[in-house]
Amino acid sequence: MFVIYGCGTMATEKRPQTRNKTVGAFGENAVVDFIRQQGATIVDRNWRVKEGEIDIVAQLGDGSFAFVEVKTRTSITYGHPLESINSSKAHRLQRLALAWLATHQSLGHEYRIDCVAVIISANGKFTIEYRKNVL
Amino acid sequence: MTLGQSLTVALFGLDGHVVTVEADIADGLPAYVLLGLPDAALTESRDRVRAALVNCAESWPNRKVTVSLSPAWLPKSGSSFDLPIAVALLAAQQVIPAERSSDIAFLGELALNGHIRGVRGVLPSLIAAYKAGIKIAVVPWVNRVEAQLVREMTIIPMEHLGSLLRWLRTGERDVVQELDLAEDACESPFDFSDVAGQERARLAAEVSAVGGHHLLLMGPPGAGKTMIAQRLPGILPTLSREESLEVTAIHSIAGGLSTRSPLASDAPFVAPHHSATRVAMVGGGSHTIKPGACSLAHRGVLFIDEAPECDSGVLDSLRQPLESNSITIARAIGSVTYPAHFLLVLAANPCPCGKFSGRGRNCTCTSQQVRRYLGKLSGPLMDRIDLRVQVDPLSRVELSRLELGQTSATIKDRVVAARSVASLRFFQEKWSLNSEIPSRALRTKYQPEKSAMNFLHSELDQERITARGLHKVMRTAWSIADMSGHSRPTLADTQIAYSLREGSGS
Repeated sequence: MFVIYGCGTMATEKRPQTRNKTVGAFGENAVVDFIRQQGATIVDRNWRVKEGEIDIVAQLGDGSFAFVEVKTRTSITYGHPLESINSSKAHRLQRLALAWLATHQSLGHEYRIDCVAVIISANGKFTIEYRKNVL
Repeated sequence: MTLGQSLTVALFGLDGHVVTVEADIADGLPAYVLLGLPDAALTESRDRVRAALVNCAESWPNRKVTVSLSPAWLPKSGSSFDLPIAVALLAAQQVIPAERSSDIAFLGELALNGHIRGVRGVLPSLIAAYKAGIKIAVVPWVNRVEAQLVREMTIIPMEHLGSLLRWLRTGERDVVQELDLAEDACESPFDFSDVAGQERARLAAEVSAVGGHHLLLMGPPGAGKTMIAQRLPGILPTLSREESLEVTAIHSIAGGLSTRSPLASDAPFVAPHHSATRVAMVGGGSHTIKPGACSLAHRGVLFIDEAPECDSGVLDSLRQPLESNSITIARAIGSVTYPAHFLLVLAANPCPCGKFSGRGRNCTCTSQQVRRYLGKLSGPLMDRIDLRVQVDPLSRVELSRLELGQTSATIKDRVVAARSVASLRFFQEKWSLNSEIPSRALRTKYQPEKSAMNFLHSELDQERITARGLHKVMRTAWSIADMSGHSRPTLADTQIAYSLREGSGS
């Protein structure tokens, strides 16, 4: 697990739904930067099918894929972000990963699923908790 | 290291097994897995422990937590694992020094605010821990008196998780007042001097206490059956420390000693209502096998009022413990043996309406009803009851008599003296009470005097008594001889014993 601390500014709007989207996009961007810093390539973002969405697909140096689920929160009042990934969501992530590999003719490649928690505090600072190969 | 460990004890019946609680915190999604056959109350520990930790300003690991209770094959139940799980988790997070917590046994349920609540079975748990070589135990504050009974261990009573953690970290403890371990001599509110008249029933109670003879009191309502039975524990010898520990352990398992003060040295008195089920009487349960009334009355008196009103089978379920002084309860999860060495006292009305006394003029029952009523006391059970006495309603003369009967203390002194005579006599034998003399020994070594035997044999010839009944009378005669200071039962002793068995007038 890595924990990194960063700082950024986030545009916030009044309407709650739009705000959530902004928060989510902010977190995902932060994670994409983080993955790039680690030397991996971002292959796909927000890949969406009927069943759901994969936030980030990255290809690592050894050719294997990492499917990344990002959870962003501005407070932990309602629990840790990663706690919201229950078993049905975990299974869906597995299915989505296989679906992505199938549509990209990459079945048989090594892959793993990572979950990332981004917690943004009120002053714009954020922390990234990156957990590899969690499922 | 993300591994922590602590020790606790799982109880199965009176047997305790030391359980190692291991906690592993691994990377992964937040999850909590509890291994080692937990029951429902134990599975719920997760949420109690979590809330308690968070409310004590500790962190809950938002990662994959695996808690394992080993030995894994042993089914575990109850809430006393909360505290060891919390300690193991904190040790895994390295917020408390692991070496300090690894050789301490922890017992306790956690409240959501971190308060440590009392649990059942502290005494038998600690005995098991001590036998396994554990020297220090942390117990809930409310269980401290019970825990201190294990004098060989260092007992750390704790009221709150926060103060426990401070102790584990720094060795500092909240100021604790030293316990006064003086045995509390609680005066029983019941004394034999309250009983007016009833000379025969008093005699029967005394004989019963001397020799451990089971007793049936038969008489109309209001005659004083319950009064006499309630006063019987008061004339039984004081329990020795070992006996008191045995009794306390059983009561501790049954319900946190609410029924008994931990240091009490008086014999327990258990009086289940006649609607009691068989399980209530002998013990049982599917998850944990709890002791029943007959084990709670271990080393004391089991009194069943209105015995013929009991459901069929309930009374007869007592036959095995009466024979073996213990009860083995088998269930799907295993079988458990509880000690059940008690003095059985049954009370019965002479007939369903209860008015059949004297000439029975007021009784409205048919003979059929009376027979069915008394038939509930089955033959095999009655065979185990040495003393059957009639408790007649008091006459005006007896009630108005001003002088009081003997006090319990006086009678108890006599009982203790008579019992010591018997235990000296049986020094070489496997038994110590007159009611336990095997029939073979009665025929050879422990025969009453010649004249007494002649009397018994003539009763046998006239078929007024069976061979088994003969032995019962001989055992009772020994108790009476011990009371009257005879070295061997005389004819008079035997005749008294005979009349007490038959329940006749005199």
